[in-house]
Amino acid sequence: PPRRMMEADRIVIMLRQSLRSASALRSAAKTHGARAMSTYALPSLPYDLGALEPVVNTEIMTLHHGKHHATYVANLNAALEKYADAEAKKDVAAMIALQGAIKFNGGGHVNHSIFWTNLCAPKDVVAPSEASPELAKMIDAQWGSLDAFKTEFNTKTAAVQGSGWGWLGYDKAAKKLAIATCANQDPLSTTGLTPLLGIDVWEHAYYLQYKNVRPEYLKQVWQVVNWKNVAERFKAASA
Amino acid sequence: NTACPTHAMFTKYAVLASLAVAANAFAPSFLGGRLSLRQGQTSSATGVSMKIELPPLPYDYTALEPKISKTTLTIHHDKHHAKYVNVANQMIEGTEMEGDDAEAILMKAHKDNNVGLFNNAAQSWNHAFYWDCMKPNGGGAPTGDIAAQIDKDFGSYDEFKKQFDVAGNTAFGSGWAWLSWDGSKLSVDKTIGAGNPLTDGKTPVLTMDVWEHAYYVDYQNMRATYVTTFLDELVNWDFVNENFAKAKK
Repeated sequence: PPRRMMEADRIVIMLRQSLRSASALRSAAKTHGARAMSTYALPSLPYDLGALEPVVNTEIMTLHHGKHHATYVANLNAALEKYADAEAKKDVAAMIALQGAIKFNGGGHVNHSIFWTNLCAPKDVVAPSEASPELAKMIDAQWGSLDAFKTEFNTKTAAVQGSGWGWLGYDKAAKKLAIATCANQDPLSTTGLTPLLGIDVWEHAYYLQYKNVRPEYLKQVWQVVNWKNVAERFKAASA
Repeated sequence: NTACPTHAMFTKYAVLASLAVAANAFAPSFLGGRLSLRQGQTSSATGVSMKIELPPLPYDYTALEPKISKTTLTIHHDKHHAKYVNVANQMIEGTEMEGDDAEAILMKAHKDNNVGLFNNAAQSWNHAFYWDCMKPNGGGAPTGDIAAQIDKDFGSYDEFKKQFDVAGNTAFGSGWAWLSWDGSKLSVDKTIGAGNPLTDGKTPVLTMDVWEHAYYVDYQNMRATYVTTFLDELVNWDFVNENFAKAKK
């Protein structure tokens, strides 16, 4: 009935004006019948900021997690809030205009959330063969050896022009592993592969320590790759 | 000399060329008329080299402190820019493009969809242009013809500044912000990677590098602060006016 609708409208406007908070908007949107939007949160690191020293130093981890990833999360939430507004107004042009920001910031959030779990302190690293004999066997079958796999991964990842990621992914259809690279924050899902291990080669991931020498960062980063996590992802993907 | 005229001429040119290169390296830009080893041109006119050159910085490595540190300029010029030049030269060796300048090479690479050569030739061009786009105690509102054109095409310097700021901050990844002339008006563009408005038929008059290596040592994640500093304290509007004058011809 019209009177109740107007009341709900008024509530939405008041909440927006006085509270400006995502949860208040969310309940107002629910009252209004619009799609409820989610808010994403920065995941905690599974280790201390200094845990990956000396391979990736504390300063980089502090900025990378606390600033770069945090900004992707904040901007993703902001873009989704605007998207919900646009949807409520049935403004398709505005929705389309926001897709770039959602892809970029959402991709950044997805990629970095995987990345933190893919790494661990050097002392906690185990060999792939210990983490998952099945995974190790597949690597050997496809590349000849773990070293040969790392060499190809590093060569392809070093060659990323500008910002992007190197990935070990799983091709569910072909039941095979694959090395792939993606530009900017495009998530690996855009290639159809399931992410197992990602290495960030945006300059912010290594510049303060390794400067322009990306190949050196790639050579060293294997000392902090958490094969147990890669194995878990492989098990889930190949199930 | 009469027995071997070609050799004598070559020697004479080689000597002159070395002197010219040396003079160019030390000549302050305000003297004008400096031999152009800027913008990745070859010195093929002097008969010495058939390669893209790495031009020296137009100022000392400390000249832009504290806005851009000596560390950044050293790595950015001597490592990043140098590598693009070296790789581009390796790629054109033995091809018909030997002796072409970086602009000609990037345009041909773009036409041929030769991504690797485009990236390296364009980045050679982009960086050489970028160094000249900055000067110590630069920035702020422009004067001269470019100022009038900015007012005409943007409404005001503040509006241009806002658009350029947005372009620099929203290049999602590695890229560049540009002010370019399209034959009848100025526009602000952003490009990703090695992208350059030349391939759209525009003439760049100003660029700002927003690859993270351009600012990370000095500003870390704070790209916005670097962009503001570039606009307020670094832009070399004399160079922009030079480019604009040439573009309008």
